[in-house]
Amino acid sequence: MTFYDRGTILPGLIIGLCLFLSPFIYNGGKAGKAPVPELTPKAKEAKQCVAPKPYMTAWHMQLLDNWRQEVVREGSRYFNANQDLWWNNQFDGQLLEKWRRFITSSDASTPGATGKTYYKSLQVTCMECHSNKSKFCDECHNYLGVSPYCWDCHVQPKEDKQ
Amino acid sequence: MTVDRRKFLKIAGLSAAFGLGGKTAVDIFAPGELFASAGSAVPVATNQKKWAMVIDMKKCLEEQEKGKCNQCMAACHRVHNVPNFGDNIKEEMKWIWQESYEHLFPSQHNEFISEDVKEKPFIALCNHCENPPCCRVCPTKSTWRREDGVVMMDLHRCIGCRFCMAACPFGSRSFNWGDPRKAPKELNPDFPTNMNYPTRTKGVVEKCNFCDERLGVGKIPVCVETCQNINVHALIFGDLNDPASEIRKLLHSRYSIRRKTELGTEPKVYYLI
Repeated sequence: MTFYDRGTILPGLIIGLCLFLSPFIYNGGKAGKAPVPELTPKAKEAKQCVAPKPYMTAWHMQLLDNWRQEVVREGSRYFNANQDLWWNNQFDGQLLEKWRRFITSSDASTPGATGKTYYKSLQVTCMECHSNKSKFCDECHNYLGVSPYCWDCHVQPKEDKQ
Repeated sequence: MTVDRRKFLKIAGLSAAFGLGGKTAVDIFAPGELFASAGSAVPVATNQKKWAMVIDMKKCLEEQEKGKCNQCMAACHRVHNVPNFGDNIKEEMKWIWQESYEHLFPSQHNEFISEDVKEKPFIALCNHCENPPCCRVCPTKSTWRREDGVVMMDLHRCIGCRFCMAACPFGSRSFNWGDPRKAPKELNPDFPTNMNYPTRTKGVVEKCNFCDERLGVGKIPVCVETCQNINVHALIFGDLNDPASEIRKLLHSRYSIRRKTELGTEPKVYYLI
């Protein structure tokens, strides 16, 4: 068997492979650091979001989706953190069970919902505390490669350019 | 087997009778409600509100003649982040707007009509019809009539097909041909003007929502509130199901007209002339 043009092909293959692997080599085989949402002083002071933190981390999108459905479709504009959360049949059984396991295993010390009533609004209620969209929302969303289209319509709070 | 003419006719007759007796016959002779008119069959609870508006055009025109009043429109557009596209009619966003009497009431117009109304700028907004054609044609159910009578829009779901615009006989719906945030800056300083209300995105239809976001927290529509605040009281908002409400009393005591009632959409915006 004759290997034609080996002088060109072999170095080419090696260079190609190096280029392909360069991002992995550059990062030393480690994953990039996951960003942690940054809390504003106001959010820190409040201590408690509309639901416990692990819940919000995992399911804020479902919560927002439910809010949108309830506000727009059913005209229900207030959210009671005790009554309206997961134990009130808002989610299907599977999600409920997942959530139960989640809260009992990973972070049982998280304080429960406060029972306070909130106005269901991303733009008014959420962004009042989390007024730092670029640090609180975008960093994580960019890291995970998700691009929610909330801000096509909803007005984001003005942030001080640092 | 041979079938003679007589036997064949018997069988055919019996089959036809059997066929007609089935579901087909019911459908042919006693058709159920057509899908197109199904919109009106909404059960009304005893304490169900039915929001409606009365526009006292006498007071409104008086105020307009005094000083070009446009407070209701300005307030609505400010609160709902409705952009101004200037003279470009194609891109005009209509939530509440002015239109001549002839255009609003084409069937009521005649050449000898009173000077009190002739070519006078009337106020128009979405009629929040009881039998809204826009809702019947919407393929994504992104517009529908709520039980309290408000014809709502779910802008998250609108795909911008503009069927509703074609269906609405009142021209109450507008399409976002471009991003409303890119409206001319000189006409829209500090847009969005209300940081507590969303704007729209390119490619959705929008219209007056009877201030659903204010009704939800126990307030009246902002146009009505503004009209009251400047002490004109030309716009009156209330519950049609409540016999003691101001609008019911007004409708009882004064003669009112509505737009294009012959179309059967049952508008809920009443005009006192």
